[in-house]
Amino acid sequence: MSEGQRATPATILVVDDDEALAEMLQIVLRQEGFDPALCHTGQHALKAFHDHKPDLVLLDLMLPGRDGVDVCRDIRAESGVPIIMLTAKSDTNDVVDGLEAGADDYVAKPFKTQELLARIKTRLRRRPIAEDDAQTIGIGDLVINVTEHTVRRGEEEITLTPLEFDLLLALARRPKQAFTREVLLEEVWGYRHASDTRLVNVHVQRLRSKVETDPERPEIVVTVRGIGYRAGEPKTEG
Amino acid sequence: MKRWVARLNPMRLWARSLPFRVVLTTMSASVIILVATGWFLLDQSSRGIIVGKTQTSVAEASAVVTNMQRDLSTTDLRTTSLGERITRLGRDATNRGQAGNQYFVVIETPISQIGSAGLASASIPESIRASVASGDGLWSTPTLISFTDNRAAEPGLVVAAKLIAPGRATYPIYFLFPTTQERQTLAVVQQATLATGVFLLAGISVVVYLMTIQVLRPVRAARLAAERLAAGHLDDRMAVGGAEDLAGLARSMNHMATELEHKISELEDLSTLQQRFVSDVSHELRTPLTTIRMASEVLYAHRERFDTTSARSAELLSAELDRFESLLGDLLEISRFDAGAAKLSLEVVDLRALIGDEVESLRPLAGRAGSELTLVDDGNCMAEVDRRRIQRIVRNLVTNAIEHGEGKPITVYVRGDVDAVAVAVRDRGVGFSVAEGNQVFNRFWRADPSRGRRIGGTGLGLSISLEDARLHGGWLSAWGQPGGGAQFRLTVPRASGGKFKRSPLPAIPPEMKEPPRATH
Repeated sequence: MSEGQRATPATILVVDDDEALAEMLQIVLRQEGFDPALCHTGQHALKAFHDHKPDLVLLDLMLPGRDGVDVCRDIRAESGVPIIMLTAKSDTNDVVDGLEAGADDYVAKPFKTQELLARIKTRLRRRPIAEDDAQTIGIGDLVINVTEHTVRRGEEEITLTPLEFDLLLALARRPKQAFTREVLLEEVWGYRHASDTRLVNVHVQRLRSKVETDPERPEIVVTVRGIGYRAGEPKTEG
Repeated sequence: MKRWVARLNPMRLWARSLPFRVVLTTMSASVIILVATGWFLLDQSSRGIIVGKTQTSVAEASAVVTNMQRDLSTTDLRTTSLGERITRLGRDATNRGQAGNQYFVVIETPISQIGSAGLASASIPESIRASVASGDGLWSTPTLISFTDNRAAEPGLVVAAKLIAPGRATYPIYFLFPTTQERQTLAVVQQATLATGVFLLAGISVVVYLMTIQVLRPVRAARLAAERLAAGHLDDRMAVGGAEDLAGLARSMNHMATELEHKISELEDLSTLQQRFVSDVSHELRTPLTTIRMASEVLYAHRERFDTTSARSAELLSAELDRFESLLGDLLEISRFDAGAAKLSLEVVDLRALIGDEVESLRPLAGRAGSELTLVDDGNCMAEVDRRRIQRIVRNLVTNAIEHGEGKPITVYVRGDVDAVAVAVRDRGVGFSVAEGNQVFNRFWRADPSRGRRIGGTGLGLSISLEDARLHGGWLSAWGQPGGGAQFRLTVPRASGGKFKRSPLPAIPPEMKEPPRATH
């Protein structure tokens, strides 16, 4: 994964059937110093993904050929690359479907350029490692290696997407604190006054399905009723 | 139990039960007819019996009197005295009467009464004494035969005549026929008539009741079918059968139901289609709008490099796009309400804080319009509401007040009571008339078409606010007075689904006496 300072411009794959919008996105992205690549259909999306090896994917949910949600699932099956959905129907289940398929974030049409760029930059920027950060942090029976970006249960390494890693790390850094969904939205997604808690809920579910031994009775990401979530107590065993 | 007693209350039965009404009416009519017939029957039979008795009595008496008169006329006064003779005749007659227990005899002489023993003189009415005294012939009249000993009085008939003795002396003679036998016969006839009447009445009632039930059954079935139709079971039909009229009723009902179902599904389809269309249009517009918006932002960012005309055009394009976008958003929101797809996301919120924040964020806008914005809150204002929708309502109302407030002070009141929490936004601007008040919640309605929109409302704000209020089970009311300003008041129940009878805040500002108003 690319770090905070990059030598080459980040490649962004734009998958959108609307050619005008795709071209406009290309103009704006290029203007911002990114390297955009375009793809207009769902069928070719995965091939374009392989060809360009993008650092981030902008994915329209409604695509001819293959549905955006399916494309999202395909990409997620082989990569943790950040995916931001573009959707005209932000209030429908499409958004939740997309998030559950592994999209990190979504932007509702019509969006402002600045809003989209902010979302993209948040997803590309890796959390800088603070001086006083410990090398490893314990959460439940897991150990997070902050510099290596790895999470281990004993010897077994758990693969997380960058977003899931950020979410877990945010909780683990302040183990005593209960986080509201709004605070997590700001810390992990970079939102200021947003209140779409679906983002947090879906990603907590996805994270739990990977890190919990029993996702029905979570011990790593614990629900705090009426508030939100907190980290499970670190266990110093084995 | 109480309900049963209440249901048996005749007034309520009369009002509610058709069979009861029909049976009661029929019974009343039957009673009148039966009483008339019964009375006629009894009158005729008693008349017949009494007349027959009178005739036989008079005939009997007449025969006896004729015999006595003959005996008396042939009396030789040289051998017997008149008194003796009369006494003997009287005794003979008495014996004859007693033999068949037929009658009593009384002969009145100037000296004494001769005849049956123990009869009270009151048994002979004065009227018949007078009749006898006045002329010849036979008279009869009904009477009550009473006795001087302790025999019970009995009804009877008096037949009176006159015996004429030689020497022209007259002696009234009375025959008293007891009519007990006839009275008894009459009583039996009366009882029989009465019993027949009662049986007939009961029979008629039962028959009428059964008939009414039979006629009402299809009517009831029709009523139930209509009720089920009204409840939305459009595919329900009545069973067609029985007499022609009733089958016709069922057929008509079924026909109506079919037509209704057809029309309703047509309308539903049309309405769904239209809502889908609005929603689809709004969504379809979003992708090109996104492109336009991004393009406009690129142009806007470079406007310093353009000449004045192009630069101003880029600015206008950018500004109008904002308006276009909020219009599209509102349109989509309205289509969501129309489709019934709007859902509350409820949480317990302190409306004082929520509205306080909203007022603070609108203060700069009010300041630019020259209006002073004041918040007056009091009471517990915790309520279970959809935060986003309440925020939107308040923002709409305050923005509206700023737009029409003509720079005069605007006050926002928040107050809670036991059942409800209310927010009122009062401006002192142009206001509106009662007629206009009825239209303020209409979509795209403008108070004065010649007035432009300075702040850029979409014309859907109040419509959306009203829908939001309704979604909460609350009220949104509008009051206005031309030149006196306006007040919009939102009232929501404290708990979702809760009921309230009145708002904690008045609909009309207390300082305004004569209130033109419109409430939705």
